[in-house]
Amino acid sequence: MGQSLQEHFDAMIDKDITIEPKDWMPDDYRKTLIRQISQHAHSEIIGMLPEGNWITRAPSLRRKSVLLAKVQDEAGHGLYLYSAAETLGISRDELYDQLHTGKAKYSSIFNYPTLTWADMGAIGWLVDGAAIMNQVPLCRTSYGPYARAMVRVCKEESFHQRQGFEIMLTLSKGTAVQKKLAQDAFNRWWWPSLMMFGPPDAESPHTEQSVRWRIKRFTNDELRQKFVDVTTEQAKVLGLEVPDKDLKWNEERGHYDFGSINWDEFWNVVKGNGPCNKQRLDARKTAWEKGQWVRDAAMAHAEKRKAKAAKAA
Amino acid sequence: MEKEMKKSEWPLWEVFIRSKAGLDHKHAGSLHAADEQMAIENARDVYTRRMEGVSIWVVESKYIHASDPGEADSLYDPANDKIYRHPTFYNLPDEVKYM
Ligand SMILES: [Fe+2]
Ligand SMILES: [Fe+2]
Repeated sequence: MGQSLQEHFDAMIDKDITIEPKDWMPDDYRKTLIRQISQHAHSEIIGMLPEGNWITRAPSLRRKSVLLAKVQDEAGHGLYLYSAAETLGISRDELYDQLHTGKAKYSSIFNYPTLTWADMGAIGWLVDGAAIMNQVPLCRTSYGPYARAMVRVCKEESFHQRQGFEIMLTLSKGTAVQKKLAQDAFNRWWWPSLMMFGPPDAESPHTEQSVRWRIKRFTNDELRQKFVDVTTEQAKVLGLEVPDKDLKWNEERGHYDFGSINWDEFWNVVKGNGPCNKQRLDARKTAWEKGQWVRDAAMAHAEKRKAKAAKAA
Repeated sequence: MEKEMKKSEWPLWEVFIRSKAGLDHKHAGSLHAADEQMAIENARDVYTRRMEGVSIWVVESKYIHASDPGEADSLYDPANDKIYRHPTFYNLPDEVKYM
C-alpha cells in the first residue's frame, strides 16, 4: 500500500511476475515493447519473401511441401506477434503503416537475395538457427502476450532449422557441383547471420534497460558467440568451411574467436541500401494495396449477412 | 494509449481452443476477420496447423469483459482468509481411512 504505480511495476519485474495488458506499465516499457514486437512481426512477414521465391522451383514434391509449410508458419508467427503488439494499444493498420512507410524496421537479413536452391538450406540452418537463439530466451520475457506468442513460435521453429540443415546435408553429400552450391550459400549467409544479433554490446545503449525489464535476456554479443560456437561444430558435420579465416578455437575462453564483422555493411542495409530492400518493401506494399478490394468485399459481405439475419429473426 | 481503429480494419476476435476431447477451451490468441465464419477458418489456419485443437470458439474482442488488475486485492480478499475451505484445515486421526 502507498506504493506508487512505478514501484509496483518494478516490484513485479523483480519478482519475475508477468506483466499483462491491463496492468499499469511505464510509457517507455510500452513503447519499447511495441517497437521490439512489431519489428519482430514485420521480420516474419517480410521473411516469407526470400523463401517464397523458391516454392515453385523446389527440386521435389517433398521439398516443396516442406518449404510451403515453413513459409506458412512464418505467416503464423507474424500474426501471433502482431496480435501481441495490439494488446499494447496499437492497431494492426498502424503497424502495417509503419512497415510500409519505412518507419518500422525488420531484420536486415531479408534484404539479401536467394540466388540458388542451396539458399533455402542456408536460410533454414543459419537464419532460423540465429532466430531461434534470439527467441528462446524470450519465451520467459516479462510481457505475457509476447512470452506466450514466443512459446508458440519457438515450438514451430525447430523444424525450420532442421529442414534447412537437411538440405545442406543432402547437397554437401551430393555431387561436386551440389557441394559447391552449398558452400557458396554458406559463404553468402554466414556474415549477415552473425549481424542478425544486432550491433556490438558497446554500441547498443538500450541493452541494460531491456535486460532489466526482461524483454531481452542475453546481450547481442553473448548470443552471437553462442551461435558461432554451435554453428561451427555443425559445419564440420556438413564438411563445409566457415568462411572466416580468423575463426579459431580459444582454449582459454572456451569459445571460438572469430573475425570482425563488417558493420558498415550492416548499417548500410539497415538504412535501406541492401540488395533487396526496395524489392521487399514494394512486394509488401503491392500485396497490401492490391488486397484492399478483397478486404472491403469481405467486410461488405459480412455486413450484408448480418443485416439479412437480423431481418429474418 | 487510445486505439485508433481505421474503418477498413476487420474486427478483432479472441480465439479459444479445445486441445482434445474432454478438456476446456483455452485462450490461444487473437486475430482479425470480417465475420465469425472467417474468424473460425482463420483460427484453424493460424492456431491449429499441427492438430492443436478439436474445437474452436471465437468471440469478438469487444465483448470480453475483464476484471481490473488494480482491484485484484479487494476483489479476491473475501477468499483470502477462509482456509477452512481446504481439506487440509481439518485434523483427523490417522486411523481414519478413505477420507
Ligand atoms: Fe518464424
Ligand atoms: Fe522460421
